[in-house]
Amino acid sequence: MSEVTVRKQKLRKSTVKMRLIIFGTLAVLLVVCSFFSAYLTPYDPYLQNLDIAKQAPSAQHLLGTDRYGRDMLSRVIAGSRASIFSTLLLVAIITALGTAVGVTCGWVGGWVDTVLMRISDVFLAFPGLVFALAVAGSLGGGLQNAIIALAAISWPKYARIARSQTLAQKETQWMKAVRLSGSGTGKIILKHILPNILGPILVTSMLDIGTMMMELAALSFLGLGAKPPIPEWGSMMSDTRSLMTTSPWITFSPGIAIFLSVMIFNLLGDTIRDYADPKSRR
Amino acid sequence: MKKYIGKRLLQLIPVLLGITFLSFAMMRLAGSDTVTEMYGDKGAVSQQIIDAKRAELGLDRPFLVQYGSWLKGLLTGDMGVSYVSGKNVFQTFVSKLPATLLLTALSIVATVVISIPLGILAAVKHDRFTDYFLRVFSFVGNSLPNFFVALLLMQLFSIKWKLLPVISKGTTVQSAILPTLTLAIAMSAKYMRQVRATVLEELNKDYVLGAKARGVRGSVTLWKSVLKSAMLTIVTLLALSIGSLLGGTAIIESIFMWDGVGKLAVDSITMRDYPMIQAYVVWMAIIYVMVNLITDILYHVLDPRIRLGVQEG
Repeated sequence: MSEVTVRKQKLRKSTVKMRLIIFGTLAVLLVVCSFFSAYLTPYDPYLQNLDIAKQAPSAQHLLGTDRYGRDMLSRVIAGSRASIFSTLLLVAIITALGTAVGVTCGWVGGWVDTVLMRISDVFLAFPGLVFALAVAGSLGGGLQNAIIALAAISWPKYARIARSQTLAQKETQWMKAVRLSGSGTGKIILKHILPNILGPILVTSMLDIGTMMMELAALSFLGLGAKPPIPEWGSMMSDTRSLMTTSPWITFSPGIAIFLSVMIFNLLGDTIRDYADPKSRR
Repeated sequence: MKKYIGKRLLQLIPVLLGITFLSFAMMRLAGSDTVTEMYGDKGAVSQQIIDAKRAELGLDRPFLVQYGSWLKGLLTGDMGVSYVSGKNVFQTFVSKLPATLLLTALSIVATVVISIPLGILAAVKHDRFTDYFLRVFSFVGNSLPNFFVALLLMQLFSIKWKLLPVISKGTTVQSAILPTLTLAIAMSAKYMRQVRATVLEELNKDYVLGAKARGVRGSVTLWKSVLKSAMLTIVTLLALSIGSLLGGTAIIESIFMWDGVGKLAVDSITMRDYPMIQAYVVWMAIIYVMVNLITDILYHVLDPRIRLGVQEG
């Protein structure tokens, strides 16, 4: 390996680290903001004042006001709770569920493995959003049901990864040593398998946050997620579509909020993948 | 080959059973059904009428019996009648299918036309300005939800410049432009990245360097060798993205009022029109599995070394 290549790799590593810090900070800011959104809004996001309805962006109302005179900036900030927080919850649920199923399949094997993997095949052989639509619709909408619908279709990917990783770990030499030393199944799984397989799983879930956020917003947009007056970006957009001609800021502010958040999480996900696997190129 | 196709079609059966059973179960678990949706907003309807309607639609029977009779109907080609319109589900569905297939085909063509040349260009100009520019473009496209793209395009083309109709008036070319573009933008962004990565990987192989050393012109290697082998992956990836396209059409069709099965599905979901939703789920599964099967066969045609899992000898 020539000196130039080594230097290039070092440079690359330091830019990846810098990207990690920048995007990580932005993502943490977003999450903190969504968590404390109730305290960050300049106005009450539910307060109606018809005298100032549909005002264009101004110094008092940075993003203007909607048709009931509610401050758009406040509504967008308040919407981050439903949008970002639920997405993180959703990703956490599918990661945990998928990992649990995958580790069980890999560890137990036999008919349990066969049955669970066939079930996951069914999900993987089907366009996810189509099924999520049907499930969310039949459960009757609402943010909670949209999360259930997306969780129900998204776990198999994680189960696959966790299963293959567990199988690989099971075959290692040191796993034999662990077993010989007399550790019980629970201890082996929690202390030895999980820490070793978590890396690839977490990278996958980081890469999934952006997609999940968009799908959740899409369900809300179709009226199958959060329902007005609860501020949620997707439903805010569909709710105000009729006003797009006259006051586009009402419809587009939540859209831009989704775009920026998805982009930050996508950038962070890509960076973490590059960091975890320096060989991968973009 | 025939044996392989037969085997794959047989595999479709458990997938369909699983999917329909799950969506059936989910719907029955839900608190409200089509009857409560129908009478809900009319206020005082006596419990007697509600019960009678339930009995008429067969909703009072046990869950498994309902699923069984639906399945039996499906096997004889009868998908039931819509709870809402009272029309035959199969006929309604088939009448709306061409519009969706047209939209899907147009978006795939648009995606191929946009993303393959740009992806190759980005790979050839690796780490130069063009590459960075295209990567940013693809990244932005990847982070935009497609309903947002739809609204942006509507705002620009229909409202500001008044070039195209806001909502579609029948299945015409003019009405198809915006929905096609919306679906193509989202897909191109994702797909361009994959094309770039595939071509780049191929360009880094030793034979390319060897050809260069022997004095073969770069463009000749690119067109004659690199793209030929990269096509294999490119075709597969395109077929895989059809799944997300099918989901996407539901949203885009409802936004642009494009009268296809996606819009039909969303409308049926709001009305809890079970037979219609089930038909949608079944059809989408069939289309999806068929597309995957065709991809595998194409794969075999493009690269005869791949055996398609058929045991020989």
